[in-house]
Amino acid sequence: MEGEIVLGALAPHPPHLVYAENPPENEPNAECGWEGLRWGYHRLAKKLSTIDYDAIVIFSPHWQTYIGTHFLGLPHFESLSVDPVFPNLFRYSYSIDVDVDLAEAMATEASDAGMVTRMMQNPDFRIDYGTIVSCHMVNPNWSKPIVTISSQRSTHYYSAEVMGEQMHELGQACKRAIKASGKKVVLLSSNSLSHRHFVTESDVPEDMSKEHIYNHSQYLWDMRMIELMREGRTREMVQLMPEFTEQSIAETDAGGLSWLMSALDYPDYGADVHAYGTVIGTGNAIVEWDPRERATLQVSP
Amino acid sequence: MSDDSPIVMGIWGPPHPHPLLAPEKNEGWGKLRAAYDQLRERIEESDADVIIVYSTTWPSVIGHQVQCRENPEWTHVDDDFHALGSMPYSFKVDVDLANGIVEAGEKRGLHMRGVDYHGFPIDTGSIVALSLLNPDNKLPMTILSSNMYANRAETIVLGKATTDVLKAQGKKAVAVVVASLSNRMFTKHIEPEDDRIHSQKDDEWNRKILEFFAKGRLEDISQLSRDIHSQIRVQKVVAFKPAWWLASAMGQHNRYDGDVLAYEALHGSGGAVISLTPTKGSVGDKEFDEDDVEYYRGDRNVIDSDSTLEVSETASANSEVSDSSHTVPEGGIIETSAAPKAVGAYPHARRVGELLYLSGVGPRQAGTDEIPGGAIRTPDGIPQEYDIKAQTEACIANVKAILEASGASLSDVIDITSFLVDMERDFAGYNEVYAKHFTSVQATRTTLAITALPTPIAVEMKVIAKIG
Ligand SMILES: [Fe+2]
Repeated sequence: MEGEIVLGALAPHPPHLVYAENPPENEPNAECGWEGLRWGYHRLAKKLSTIDYDAIVIFSPHWQTYIGTHFLGLPHFESLSVDPVFPNLFRYSYSIDVDVDLAEAMATEASDAGMVTRMMQNPDFRIDYGTIVSCHMVNPNWSKPIVTISSQRSTHYYSAEVMGEQMHELGQACKRAIKASGKKVVLLSSNSLSHRHFVTESDVPEDMSKEHIYNHSQYLWDMRMIELMREGRTREMVQLMPEFTEQSIAETDAGGLSWLMSALDYPDYGADVHAYGTVIGTGNAIVEWDPRERATLQVSP
Repeated sequence: MSDDSPIVMGIWGPPHPHPLLAPEKNEGWGKLRAAYDQLRERIEESDADVIIVYSTTWPSVIGHQVQCRENPEWTHVDDDFHALGSMPYSFKVDVDLANGIVEAGEKRGLHMRGVDYHGFPIDTGSIVALSLLNPDNKLPMTILSSNMYANRAETIVLGKATTDVLKAQGKKAVAVVVASLSNRMFTKHIEPEDDRIHSQKDDEWNRKILEFFAKGRLEDISQLSRDIHSQIRVQKVVAFKPAWWLASAMGQHNRYDGDVLAYEALHGSGGAVISLTPTKGSVGDKEFDEDDVEYYRGDRNVIDSDSTLEVSETASANSEVSDSSHTVPEGGIIETSAAPKAVGAYPHARRVGELLYLSGVGPRQAGTDEIPGGAIRTPDGIPQEYDIKAQTEACIANVKAILEASGASLSDVIDITSFLVDMERDFAGYNEVYAKHFTSVQATRTTLAITALPTPIAVEMKVIAKIG
């Protein structure tokens, strides 16, 4: 049977969200915080629990590689993840299974298409916190294996345009590999939208009286991008990506959202926005694309 | 520019793991390893008590972070070079020193965070340098992060905070910067034997910088930091800011014995192992262009550091020349003893055709340099209360004096640019006094917030008037 992408989602990874959830895996404790985003994640997690799937493939900006795209390449990782920026909020003990076959298939497909790829096979490697936060929020019991794809730094080395082209190719390669694998796969792009942020932290990190968007212009940009997602105009959104990335210092610089759109063949059906909220001033949206919507769209007059 | 720095040696070394994990695979990597080994011996022979590392592979965004955990232990793997192997470490931190740097940084206006967590990810560069320079923890150490948004002022102040603590605790230190010279790597896999500097341009620039290092010209490198960054650094990766920190911590001069022990390629980037030891001779002090900063008061202008209005180039006006001739020759230079002395090579005003351009004028009093309303900080950088209204009054009085010495008056002013060091605190008071003098004049005006002025004042004005 042919494999398929059963769901795609924009799934941002501020560690604050896991911190505020108080799961047993995370050491620090919070009183509350960022409920809008967390409840949005709960809705997405609930939706995911109703879907039959084999693995999650996640693109993470916090595994940064300068020499091509890397894929997790060992079946199991277990350790403690401490966020280098917010160690006060995120010290998470993880135990993660990896779908190595799927990872290898995607890496091979991508390198056959001319991209630089590498499998990560060092057992001491620590999984980045972006992967852990997004995966925890969509599937807190870690019931499915994952694959992390690293963010190669083309935006920084070359330009957002070059990154866009490469992510188009990578998305297509992943899609082909998933089809050939016969598996049902969920794709996550782990990133915020606008990413200008405050450079100091309040004494109580979860003090919501301090939480708001960093500036109005980045809010306008976020809304513009989200509106295009909601209206199924994702090709336009991807065309705007370099400008958006530049002007709102967006975390789309990592390439994940462009990769996701390409893998989903640029959805022309509306996305479901589960939440939008800010974390230390950055704009974060939890957005779901359900490819079954395309089928619905095609039968309607 | 002090001579009594408690730093007995400065070291510059590359962050890549190759010299640690695979020195045998490439001759150049082996040479970098040998150079690191040589410096290990020199550290052992020195009278240093501690090692302080400033690492460009430890970026931070919420202020500067300082490693405060007594015995950080882990097995680290690099994000890119994981196939080279793992890097187990067990370090010994000078916790008093580390906490002291956090406090000293805060006192100087920086946002600081001490890091004391089991499993906190120490960065590749720090691990490489410390594993090679201090393998048996003979000296305790600490590590400072490189704030992504920090510009020159903030980084210079961090260097000073570092020395504050060493002096207070009576410790001598080796200061280690972990950074590449040119930092562009190949973006594909290469065989070890094929490693070389990414481009000839990068190589030539690296060699130029190494000439400066070899002559001990650290302050010159610090002052050239932005040029170096724009020439041979991938712009959005890490600025060439460690030169600011090292120069500031070591005393902001050029009197060092420089020793370039190795310079080789590391996956295309320029890796050099360098030592600097204070000496009496060498190139010595020259006149430096950039201002010194004691206390950090501005907000980080997030991301686009290039567009940061970091320091006003204008300054309060000047002169010894007594002049009250009201007839200024066209294109003439105007200086007057009725206004405060300049802090640079510029006149009080200059006439071109029908227009009179004034240099930036602050509130300092002619002759005495006293600041009405009080200085905004003490000479050693401690912020003081001051009266913005009194400063603005004095500033406008100085503008008036220069205009009158030129044969013009306040009513001839057509355009004003005002600079405030603290917009939020001072705008209202400044605006009130301004209105008193200029409402009837109706000059155009622009008011900017900037991080510092050359003297401890809060306001400065740049004026254009019509004349003739
Ligand atoms: Fe992030």
